[in-house]
Amino acid sequence: MSDALVVLKDVGKTFDNGTRALAHLNLTVRAGELVTLLGPSGCGKSTALRLIAELEAPSSGTITVPARKPGEVGFVFQEPTLMPWATVADNVLLPLRLQKVPAAEARRRCADVMTLVGLADFARAYPHQLSGGMRMRVSIARALAPRPSLLLMDEPFAALDEISRFRLNDDLLRLKKELATTIVFVTHSVYESVYLASRIAIMAARPGRITEEIAIDPPLPRGADLRTSAAFLDRCSRATRALERAAAEDRP
Amino acid sequence: MIRRLTRYWPTAVAFVVFLLAWEAVVRLARLPPFVLPAPSLVATTLITDRAMLFASLWVTLRTTFAALGLAIVGGSSLAILFSQWKWLERALLPFAVVLQVTPIIAIAPLLLIYLAAWQAVLGCAFLVAFFPILANCSLGLASTDRNLLDVFALYGASRWQTLVMLKLPAALPSFFVGLRIGGGLALIGAVAAELAAGASGQETGLAFRIVEAGYRLDIPRMFAALVLISLAGMVIYFSLSALSHRALRHWHESADV
Repeated sequence: MSDALVVLKDVGKTFDNGTRALAHLNLTVRAGELVTLLGPSGCGKSTALRLIAELEAPSSGTITVPARKPGEVGFVFQEPTLMPWATVADNVLLPLRLQKVPAAEARRRCADVMTLVGLADFARAYPHQLSGGMRMRVSIARALAPRPSLLLMDEPFAALDEISRFRLNDDLLRLKKELATTIVFVTHSVYESVYLASRIAIMAARPGRITEEIAIDPPLPRGADLRTSAAFLDRCSRATRALERAAAEDRP
Repeated sequence: MIRRLTRYWPTAVAFVVFLLAWEAVVRLARLPPFVLPAPSLVATTLITDRAMLFASLWVTLRTTFAALGLAIVGGSSLAILFSQWKWLERALLPFAVVLQVTPIIAIAPLLLIYLAAWQAVLGCAFLVAFFPILANCSLGLASTDRNLLDVFALYGASRWQTLVMLKLPAALPSFFVGLRIGGGLALIGAVAAELAAGASGQETGLAFRIVEAGYRLDIPRMFAALVLISLAGMVIYFSLSALSHRALRHWHESADV
């Protein structure tokens, strides 16, 4: 496929201690998609994401990320992972500084992205002064500052309360539209998965692999009552049944 | 400020009561000064002997600060080198541990044979202050947030960028813990080494004043010198704590522990 942004072919990952985290994992992510990796804790979702980011190397198989260079891939961790000694602005500027983007240009891009994620008034605040949701926004702003074509997110909203999570879900979809970013999003929440995804990859554990894919196609109509609509709940039960089938495969 | 003052009033009251009780016991029991001098006498001795005592205090403090300065530079640079090359740590850390676990008072006589008295005193104070700074810096450098290291790796940060922009700032809280311990120990090391050196030095620190006054049964002066040493220790500890609080105040509310 010509517009494939990420191709994982028969990927396996065995850690030094012998744990088989992933085996025979196949996944293709096309430009413009939002793919969620949905599975139980410990099924290797995060490992798959780290392999795509090249933070770790696969033990077998191939991972192709065409046109990849530093800054083209953004990563948002489970924790906000901010530098506590640096202001919000300095945290967001970090990737640009590491890549030696000229200071004036870096400041302009930093201001743009902070406005996008709703942080414009918090540039001089320190991370400890912010709520968990705001810290996560800083983390997202930092990932977006270098204008990545691919954004990898590892259960970024898992630690947040439901209300903040809903708001950040909506903001993420808006950002995706405005920036035309492709996103791979790891989560263990069926509802978050259905709400965000254009395609859901269901994962089974021990070893981690993708058992089936559910396309949310055509996209569900966005609106205030989406979360309570019949179509939404129907997709949720389909995803839940797929998860149950995947879990059944685990049992010997 | 008011709240801080009200928080410390029990300490202040306890201290005043303690001094008054001491004064009362000495007066009522008519204890002679060479047995136990009253606080008022210790205070007057501090004033009458101030030229000699403060000159000695200055000698001891100079040693302490020079030793602490050397320990900061030596300890933190060695910790940085250790963090970059693990084999270096494996080669040299045992030596540092041996020096640390051997009581300084046992090393002092040997240093006094090899070195001039002031160098030996400085060396002792340095040795005791050095290890906590090295150990805490190493700990701080080794405990950088692994996800932040991943962020740096993701953007292709160089080793130098990772050290300067991430590992060093991340190690600051540990560094300050080491600094507070090291500051107190430098004074202890200086005093211990002065005691071991006795009168062999040209300039005489506070510890020697205590020994000297002891020989002469000048107990009030012993107390006066002791008061100065413990005041110096407290000032060092609290100024280093204040410095640490100032440097880390943006990090977290827990910066003031």
